[in-house]
Amino acid sequence: MSQTIGIAVAAPHAATSNSAGRVMATVMAALAPATLFGFWLYGWPAVYLWFITVAAAMLGEAFCLRLQGRQATPALLDGSAVLTGWLLAISLPPWAPWWIGAFGGLFATVLGKQVFGGLGQNLFNPAMVARVALLISFPVQMTAWVAPLPLFSAGAPGAIEGLSILLKGLPPALDAVSSATTLGFAKTEMSRGVDLMASLPNAPALSWLGQRPGSLGETAAWLIAAGGVAMIFLRIISWHIPLAMLAGIALPAAIANAVDPAHYLGATAHVLSGGAMLGAFFIATDYVTSPNTARGQLVFGAGCGLLTWVIRTFAGYPEGVAFAVLLMNSLTPIIDTYIQPRIYGRDRKGVPLEPVK
Amino acid sequence: MGLFERIFKHPSWGVHPDDHKRPAADVPLRILPPPARVYMPLHQHVGGAARPIVLVGQQVLKGQLLAEAQGNISAPIHSPVAGTVTAIGEVTAPHPSGLAFAAITVENDFTNRWIETDPVEDPFALAPEEIARRTAAAGVVGLGGATFPAAVKFALGKRLAVTTLIVNGGECEPYLSSDDCVMRDFADQVIDGARIVMHAIGAKEALVGIEDNKPEAIAAMRIAAAPFSEVKIRPVPARYPMGSDKQLIQTLTGKEVPADARAAEVGVLVHNVSTCAAVHQAIRHGRPLVERIVTINGGAVDKPGNIMAPLGTLVDELLAFCGLKARPARLILGGPMMGTPLLHGRIPLVKGASGILAFDAREATIPPAGPCIRCGSCTKACPMGLLPLEMASRIRAGELDAAVDFKLSDCISCGCCAYVCPSHIPLVQYFSHAKGELAARERAKLRTDATRRLAEDRIARLERDAKEKSALAARRKAERAAAKAAAAAAEQATGAAA
Repeated sequence: MSQTIGIAVAAPHAATSNSAGRVMATVMAALAPATLFGFWLYGWPAVYLWFITVAAAMLGEAFCLRLQGRQATPALLDGSAVLTGWLLAISLPPWAPWWIGAFGGLFATVLGKQVFGGLGQNLFNPAMVARVALLISFPVQMTAWVAPLPLFSAGAPGAIEGLSILLKGLPPALDAVSSATTLGFAKTEMSRGVDLMASLPNAPALSWLGQRPGSLGETAAWLIAAGGVAMIFLRIISWHIPLAMLAGIALPAAIANAVDPAHYLGATAHVLSGGAMLGAFFIATDYVTSPNTARGQLVFGAGCGLLTWVIRTFAGYPEGVAFAVLLMNSLTPIIDTYIQPRIYGRDRKGVPLEPVK
Repeated sequence: MGLFERIFKHPSWGVHPDDHKRPAADVPLRILPPPARVYMPLHQHVGGAARPIVLVGQQVLKGQLLAEAQGNISAPIHSPVAGTVTAIGEVTAPHPSGLAFAAITVENDFTNRWIETDPVEDPFALAPEEIARRTAAAGVVGLGGATFPAAVKFALGKRLAVTTLIVNGGECEPYLSSDDCVMRDFADQVIDGARIVMHAIGAKEALVGIEDNKPEAIAAMRIAAAPFSEVKIRPVPARYPMGSDKQLIQTLTGKEVPADARAAEVGVLVHNVSTCAAVHQAIRHGRPLVERIVTINGGAVDKPGNIMAPLGTLVDELLAFCGLKARPARLILGGPMMGTPLLHGRIPLVKGASGILAFDAREATIPPAGPCIRCGSCTKACPMGLLPLEMASRIRAGELDAAVDFKLSDCISCGCCAYVCPSHIPLVQYFSHAKGELAARERAKLRTDATRRLAEDRIARLERDAKEKSALAARRKAERAAAKAAAAAAEQATGAAA
């Protein structure tokens, strides 16, 4: 052997077979059942909207990478842009017009992620940044809910009709299907002076199965939870954030509801409504924008949950998951600064332990 | 393993890489035919390099002292073969730099004549100091890879009244099985060596930690330890880096070594199983450390396994003995997690070399690094409870002090973080770089301080000199003035008298 072998690199000379792309792919697989259910529940317009949003997110990512003079393909293949677009799409009203998806997808990857420096650098969850931007800019389109109208059922729009809904908005003939979410309904009735005792019997039903008005992929609570639990078992995420977030919503809701059921929705209504499940398992658990340690994640999750309940209950918006997650995202660096793991041979403050014989 | 143990007893730190130990570990030990020439580096241990005491052309016997220890922490070097010293010069060091370091070359005369040895019938009748002296004279160092002189540790253990000897049979590095081989084939020597070490440090008990992926070694060691109630065989979960001192101590005793303390300060001392066997050889047979068992493994090796080889044998000769299926894509001294890459095989086998790995192209491939996605895998894996991602991001930005605030100095470079990283970021490379920079900075600071002190001393000295000179000049001037005045007065007096 006259030539040198290999290169002088630091150990370890072995690596896990895991990769960022595989992590993203697993999350997508866990998200797929709830999404497919959403497609079935809301029909063709939802399918088109999903594609447009994902495509726009990828386009935004590719555009920024090209501006940086980087190859777009390898970064796109890691799946993070697809996942961002996907999460945004399933948090949109299922029959939203095409430009909502297109604008949102571009906004998510361009302003939510790439301006910060790309993958791993963004402070805020890109999908939620885009969702909140859309909600504030286009409140009408972003709160136009439809009752479930499953594919191939009577009255459901066909492939062509779905395209026309996507491009031109809701046709008057189908206006009848527009509906309110439980949270929106309760808020509206309360603002009219009708308390929950009187209004709830007429409210849209709650459903674990997802037969309720809501965003494209957030209604099937059990499918989302199943995907989330699968991710926990595959060790993609840990249980800390989802459990803390759901507890952070459910506990104050249960207490307030027990004290004054006429003005506060119960824990079940809160957990099964809006984006609580999706937020707990798929949004708040985003690696980049959540704390690093188990204890930090508990704090973060509990904060997301509590803020969600506070916004839903006392603020002007009926739904608060996106706002709550963004607010807690901004606290992530602080949580990570103050909550760090105990180092071997040191106490929690970093002072060396006393030798014990 | 039951659910309870899985959840509560399994360590939460570390990684579980595919261990690749078999089939190499199950192949019977082979003995390398003595090489024609050996190259004994003078620096195979922690501490000062040994000082040659032989001359070129001198005849030496196997086990004869070639170079003596130099300084408080050092170890002597003995000849692994009988023959002639042909050179005292430089060979390539087993270091990624590929730099040269001093070594003594001995041409083998194949007579295999040993020096006269001084075996001890009953080591337990010897004073602990005498055992330490003989161990030091035999050049025994930590054979697990740390290569710290064993006798220095004995003295430390004795001084700090250590009660528990931990015998490290963890061997958590993938691919390696040299300790496994020693425990399977020489269990009696390991146990006897451990008891001698206990005597040397005054320990009351010995806990032998062996990863549970080595059932044959555990069985053999249990049989060997059966007559001695003070030696306990303790299987531990196979989890990298179980063989790291701090982690093994914690697993076996529940004690944590404080950040700025040594293990001996919490009453334990760790010695590797192969080191114990070497102590047995040194005391019972009077034989210095001149050979060791080394694992030759990896995808490019045709017949992997454990080889008993004289120290100073070239890596190329060891690889040739086992045969190569393909040109290695990477050559590693030690294990894949912490081993040193070798750029070629013309490097001698040293005391701390537990394995030589020749990886084929598939094993050597590490995907290119991507951006950190802050998944926290490194944090979960770190056996020290550090935050590798935070340290790396600081180091990347050149903020070494910020990395130090995250306790970079506590990093044991085990490689768990870089192993689990889904973005394949070379985290250990970052930490090694930072530690090197900080050490250089420390040295530069010491140098600057010394320079400043010298400069200040010089200024003070010059000032003092100047002051003294001016004082002297003033005194002289005063004296001269006084003399002049006296002379004038005298003149006046004489004038007046005249």
